[in-house]
Amino acid sequence: MNRYPLWKNVTVLLAVVLGLLYTLPNFFGEAPAVQVASVKSTHKVDARLMAQVADALKAASVVPHGIVLDTNSVRVRLNDTDTQLKAKDVIEKAVNPVVADATYSVALNLVSNSPNWLTSIHALPMYLGLDLRGGVHFLLQVDMKGALTKRLDSIGADLRSLLRDKNIRHGGISREGQSVAIRFRDPETRDKTRGVLADSQPDLLLADAQEGADLKLVATLKPEAQKRIQEFAVKQNITTLHNRINELGVAEPVIQQQGVDRIVVQLPGVQDTAKAKDILGRTATLEVRMVDDEASANPGIMEQAARGQPPPGTDYYVERGGRGLLLKKQVVLTGERLTDAQPGFDNQTQEAAVHLSLDSAGARIFKDVTRESVGKRMAILLIEKGKGEVVTAPVIRSEIGGGRVQISGRMSTMEANDVALLLRAGSLAAPMEIIEERTIGPSLGADNIAKGFNSTLWGFAAIAVFMMTYYLLFGLVSVVALSANMLLLVALLSLLQATLTLPGIAAIALALGMAIDSNVLINERVREELRNGSTPQAAITAGYERAWATILDSNVTTLIVGVALLIFGSGPVRGFAVVHCLGILTSLFSSVILSRAVVNLIYGRRRKLDSLSIGQVWKPGLSAK
Amino acid sequence: MEFFRIRKDIPFMRHALTFNVISLVTFLLAVFFLVNKGLHFSIEFTGGTLLEVSYAQAPDLDKLRKQMEADGFTDTQVQNFGSSRDVLIRVPLSKDAETSKVGARVMASLARVGAAADSPAAGVAPTLKRVEFVGPQVGKELAADGALALLLVVCGIVLYLAMRFEWRFAISAIIANLHDVIIILGFFALFQWEFSLPVLAAVLAVLGYSVNESVVVFDRVREIFKKKRGLTTPQVLDHAITSTISRTIITHGCTQMMVTSMLIFGGPALHYFALALTIGILFGIYSSVLVASPLVMWMGVSREQFIQVKVEKQEAVV
Repeated sequence: MNRYPLWKNVTVLLAVVLGLLYTLPNFFGEAPAVQVASVKSTHKVDARLMAQVADALKAASVVPHGIVLDTNSVRVRLNDTDTQLKAKDVIEKAVNPVVADATYSVALNLVSNSPNWLTSIHALPMYLGLDLRGGVHFLLQVDMKGALTKRLDSIGADLRSLLRDKNIRHGGISREGQSVAIRFRDPETRDKTRGVLADSQPDLLLADAQEGADLKLVATLKPEAQKRIQEFAVKQNITTLHNRINELGVAEPVIQQQGVDRIVVQLPGVQDTAKAKDILGRTATLEVRMVDDEASANPGIMEQAARGQPPPGTDYYVERGGRGLLLKKQVVLTGERLTDAQPGFDNQTQEAAVHLSLDSAGARIFKDVTRESVGKRMAILLIEKGKGEVVTAPVIRSEIGGGRVQISGRMSTMEANDVALLLRAGSLAAPMEIIEERTIGPSLGADNIAKGFNSTLWGFAAIAVFMMTYYLLFGLVSVVALSANMLLLVALLSLLQATLTLPGIAAIALALGMAIDSNVLINERVREELRNGSTPQAAITAGYERAWATILDSNVTTLIVGVALLIFGSGPVRGFAVVHCLGILTSLFSSVILSRAVVNLIYGRRRKLDSLSIGQVWKPGLSAK
Repeated sequence: MEFFRIRKDIPFMRHALTFNVISLVTFLLAVFFLVNKGLHFSIEFTGGTLLEVSYAQAPDLDKLRKQMEADGFTDTQVQNFGSSRDVLIRVPLSKDAETSKVGARVMASLARVGAAADSPAAGVAPTLKRVEFVGPQVGKELAADGALALLLVVCGIVLYLAMRFEWRFAISAIIANLHDVIIILGFFALFQWEFSLPVLAAVLAVLGYSVNESVVVFDRVREIFKKKRGLTTPQVLDHAITSTISRTIITHGCTQMMVTSMLIFGGPALHYFALALTIGILFGIYSSVLVASPLVMWMGVSREQFIQVKVEKQEAVV
């Protein structure tokens, strides 16, 4: 008798029901939507915002199809793209009263049309890759050496203030390549400094050196510190990219670390690569440096400097308004010390200004420097795309404490907003370079889906027709198993939210084409058993049992390939590999366990079974032909 | 319906030498083409920029080429892609620092063609469908990763088969199937088809897939060795191949149906992927049946290798 125990039948049934459930969202399609997300960590997306959005839409008599609140965004589903655009304007006005200081990003998006009860059990449609939905993909390489140099620069500044605090006289601190050198006049001071640094700067590796008459202490970063800094640089860059992209309102951006020093950025729906690159590449950072007043006042030196020959230890910059300035190379403060930047107005002059808040270390440095340099000029530089510009170079009137700094000076309100935004969005901890870029138009994406779908459909149809004519009822069972395989595979992909790409669809098609192998093996075995004179029931049992070992072996070898591709594949190949591996697992279940369940259901209960509907079984001995 | 009505075992092994010679010749030819012509790697491997643009009306490719040359793009390839209105442009990596901006420059150049042309038909601006830019660092890694993946697959399969079967089976299966891989690559070299990442995936998938075939045959060989006494090794192999041949053909036929469907409906994006699979599947049948089995025979597989375990057990009991 070929009967499954109850638990096995229940398992099969359960798998199919779950498969159906999780495949279901893919059939509902997508509706235009507007997504509201917070761009400031201080503002959370909550029910209050949802009510605000709903009220605004009501006031503008836009009827939404539904408003959903999830962990970090409010999504408003709309009936068509026209109302979508209208709703976006309405919501934008409602949640961001001050356009320049946007608290929320409002973006156009597509959300699944599937009913809420499906969404609540995490049944979501498959996550489509960029090649299927259109958008921009970037692979950015973080310049790790750049991250170290930047860190060493700020260590240099820290050392300066540290030694000043300890009253140690040194002959200058400068960064030389990947190290910081401190010069001394006598060995005693050097020893003292070494002691101080060993206590306060655990990241530094100290070595003595001599250059002519000068004694030097050369500090380099310990390997573990380097590693930490590099890891931090990538994280910091990712955060910065997040902030920037959020400020621009792209729905569902993907920003992920890949490998040690790479960042993947995917912006679905964005078509304008030039703009996207501009967003990513903008590196606005702040530097505070002292003005070399004496040299700046000397017309001869200034003329030379303007021609590209500034005096040693200084850099030539042009102030807003066109006047040149010589700044000392030493950086007092960098944008890293910044905690917030807000646009505003100067209390006295009513000029547009940017208010900066510094962290405690920054505030202390700023206080020290301003106390010691009363009467001197300090320049605030905005460095964008590698070029510095002096925003303002005020004379220090008194010591400035508390870490509140204001930049003002020949800025329009717009400019103040931009500068604040860029500074707030953060600077990059290390420079980045685009090493891979892909843009896929939305029509091409839809085209790819249709092509992938058609290939699978027609291939499946051809196999189904063949199997049913060749193996009759057993062929039908195989087709049922194959359909279940497809169902489970799609359900699994939806459940895992693995990214589906065009090679992924190809892998689905291929998985089906290969999965039929197991059923062919089984059917051929059953026929063979019948040919050798087994009774129908015995033939089913023996056929399935003997085929199993073969099926297992052949699937394991295929799985080895899938895993290798998963480990070493990148981009499109990974998409292929994920589906390939999952497809093997689902095919094992559906073609062996599920198809057996169906066969048992059909034949298992019959005690007297004369023949199986498995097509003609030709026996060499009996046939005349 | 039953396609295969085979009365007696087909004496495949009698012609083993012939098959092996044929394999060797095809293999050497493939190697020859690979060495002589080399593979036509896609920009994913070589680095560079690829643009896919579409026009409302079929553009004059020569004009596009001339304008591109005039704008300082050397060594670019301009060709139709899918239809006469779709154009694919490949720009190799240059020493310029601004490689990531090539896409925008090409589009500007193409727009100039539209503006400068006399006929109104040519004055249509192209729409950008796809841009791909790959820096030089990425390409090298891909090649290295591809090779590593291949190595891992080979080692994994050999180990698994050696464990489940016998080292002789493992070695001959992997030789037979690597020979498939080389032949696919040979085809790609001979016709200068584009070798892209999906093609690499297809090649590796074929490797796994044809190992399947060998596994099915070997599985039978093992079974027959264990069950039936008094058969010579060639007889066992013949019997194993004959009794699995109908399954081999049907399975491959089914998989090929799916792949053919991809070839027809999948469009240019899946074209070479499906092509690689097609060649792989066709040669997979041949190699797993007619290359792997003779190899096993030459390596001297015999019944004792499979029943040894049992003999040892009995001794232990006594």
